[in-house]
Amino acid sequence: MPKKVVSGNYAAAYAAKHARVEVVAAYPITPQTSIIEKIAEFIANGEVENLQYVPVESEHSAMAACIGASATGARAFTATSAQGLALMHEMLHWAAGARLPIVMVDVNRAMAPPWSVWDDQTDSLAQRDTGWLQFYAENNQEVYDGVLMAFKIGEHEKVNLPVMVVESAFILSHTYDVVDMPEQEEIDEFLPPRKPLYTLTDFENPFSVGALGTPADYYEFRYKIAKAMEEAKKVIKEVGKEYGERFGRDYSQMIELYKTDDAEIVFMGMGSLMGTVKEAVDLLRKEGYKVGAAKVRWFRPFPKEELYELAKNVEGIAVLDRNFSFGQEGILFNEAKGVLYNTDAKPIMKNYIVGIGGRDLTVNDVKAIAKNMKEIIQKGKLDREIEWYHLKR
Amino acid sequence: MELPADVKKRLTLPFEEHFYAGHTACQGCGASLGLRYVLKAYGGKAIFTIPACCSTIIAGPWPYTALNAPLFHTAFETTGAVISGIEAALKAKGYKVKGEDGIMVIGWAGDGGTADIGLQALSGFLERGHDALYIMYDNEAYMNTGIQRSSSTPYGAWTTNTPGGKKHFLEQRPKKKVIDIVIAHKPAYAATASIAYPEDFMRKLKKAQTIKGPSFIQLFAPCPTGWRSPTDKTIELARLAVQTAYFPLFEYENGKYKINMPSPNKEPKPLEEYLKLQGRFKYMTKEDMEILQEWVLKEWEELKKKAELFG
Repeated sequence: MPKKVVSGNYAAAYAAKHARVEVVAAYPITPQTSIIEKIAEFIANGEVENLQYVPVESEHSAMAACIGASATGARAFTATSAQGLALMHEMLHWAAGARLPIVMVDVNRAMAPPWSVWDDQTDSLAQRDTGWLQFYAENNQEVYDGVLMAFKIGEHEKVNLPVMVVESAFILSHTYDVVDMPEQEEIDEFLPPRKPLYTLTDFENPFSVGALGTPADYYEFRYKIAKAMEEAKKVIKEVGKEYGERFGRDYSQMIELYKTDDAEIVFMGMGSLMGTVKEAVDLLRKEGYKVGAAKVRWFRPFPKEELYELAKNVEGIAVLDRNFSFGQEGILFNEAKGVLYNTDAKPIMKNYIVGIGGRDLTVNDVKAIAKNMKEIIQKGKLDREIEWYHLKR
Repeated sequence: MELPADVKKRLTLPFEEHFYAGHTACQGCGASLGLRYVLKAYGGKAIFTIPACCSTIIAGPWPYTALNAPLFHTAFETTGAVISGIEAALKAKGYKVKGEDGIMVIGWAGDGGTADIGLQALSGFLERGHDALYIMYDNEAYMNTGIQRSSSTPYGAWTTNTPGGKKHFLEQRPKKKVIDIVIAHKPAYAATASIAYPEDFMRKLKKAQTIKGPSFIQLFAPCPTGWRSPTDKTIELARLAVQTAYFPLFEYENGKYKINMPSPNKEPKPLEEYLKLQGRFKYMTKEDMEILQEWVLKEWEELKKKAELFG
């Protein structure tokens, strides 16, 4: 199996190439730009056939052009970050509403002001209600694998929804690592050409997409998206399992569990910070802490059932949020707590706000959080529900 | 239906209808006539993109469509971008685009969706050189939301957010010259057209089919509802707009301008004739009308000069 030492962004570009995307419409934004630069290079060097690259004038138009292309039956791809993703927001609804399985890589970057180009999950999580599936990658390998799986899952006949693959600004986007890339023939077998739900080239049976939905019908359109999201859970597990069988990396769990079997305390979070957390778990285990890590791979659809299975067997969950919903709490914390309310699983849950705007989360930080969680569990009472962990005091 | 031979002989537009009866346009709607001609020109071989505008409603709610062509309804500001994506996908998939037997990719958007919120995407579409046709049907206001001004609304026109009151009328700015902005992009082809001159419009649509690169047509389409004009005066108004040189017909191709007026040697008719048929101008005094008349003639002289210099 060919290995390449690539940045997270190049991993995304190679995955798009290997997925044989047909239209890429994109706009430059730091730290996403090297994804589309690499794709343009593939075209310039004649490494891809039948790939149209549309260098649009804004992210809003990038998504609109992908929507036009996808509705015409093409496999469409784009990538963005932060402000660019926010500008696309309207069209994200359009892509999901028109049931178009566009794949987009979002390089997680903090929102301005103040200007920041560093890692933060608020940009992608703010898109949570648009009807897009969301996959959070921990490392460059997962960026690559995530993009390939995203096409297969999004294009599945029971799903037909767009998919966002999320990677961290700079921590992944610009950091080089070894990535395993299967042979093109193997990928072609895993990911055959797209079979669209509909295409605008059907002149024999002309129809319209996105026409006015009156109160008599609109409701059912939404229900079908809700249903497709539920179906997507099964499809994600199937495709994740198949990916493991074919390429050796199994993604059949929507939440990746690390040393949670006998764990009393579990750290839960998403994306690149979970690499640090796993490292800390190993060290804490040596110190006698019964800790584990739960990496939420898919935020949409939300893995409720898997979370319940985990939560019923642990005493405490430390939810690490690299994001914040103002006026409330960390977004993952909010979701996870909500899922467990109507169940018998009631671990102590505390929300640690970490890493916002690129602030580094170190192994020692995770260790300190473990100590704090242990105290809470011994007392059987939270000191506070939300802690802004890095605040300068 | 078979036509009598003498009718066939007189017919200059294709007989086939691809715009179905039962569409939901208002009585006397100019835009719906325009859409009908576009469908006639390209038969069953066009893909339409329509943003939020009257035509969204005219085409009908789900699951209906009044167009015998695939139609993608899109967000207000995205027509230029969506047709770019459709064209790119057709090319990636190996379809023939444009030409006699190729697929026509059509953006059909109103003046607000083009001159205002959609201007950026239009600019991107033109500048990147996509093989598609963008048609702006110009009824000089946001008609679908209930007659608010757009930047294509002319000086003095009443709209619901530029009303004429006892003291003032609020619309004090001249009509934005979208076609000039388009031509600044050096497109393959740009033209103005009017629903009162369907043969001229049809010829321009056919031309757009044969020319490589982006084309743009600004189609003048009166709106009786918004213009406060009698529903049986739509075509007469569209004709008067041309005859008064308020909306002159011309083409731009390869850096050259060509005026194509129905009676090229006639002097423009007085603008008042056109204005007085419309309730939207009833707040204007004699002096206001003169201001508008002056604007119109100045623009007309400018266009003639361009045609002379770059003819």
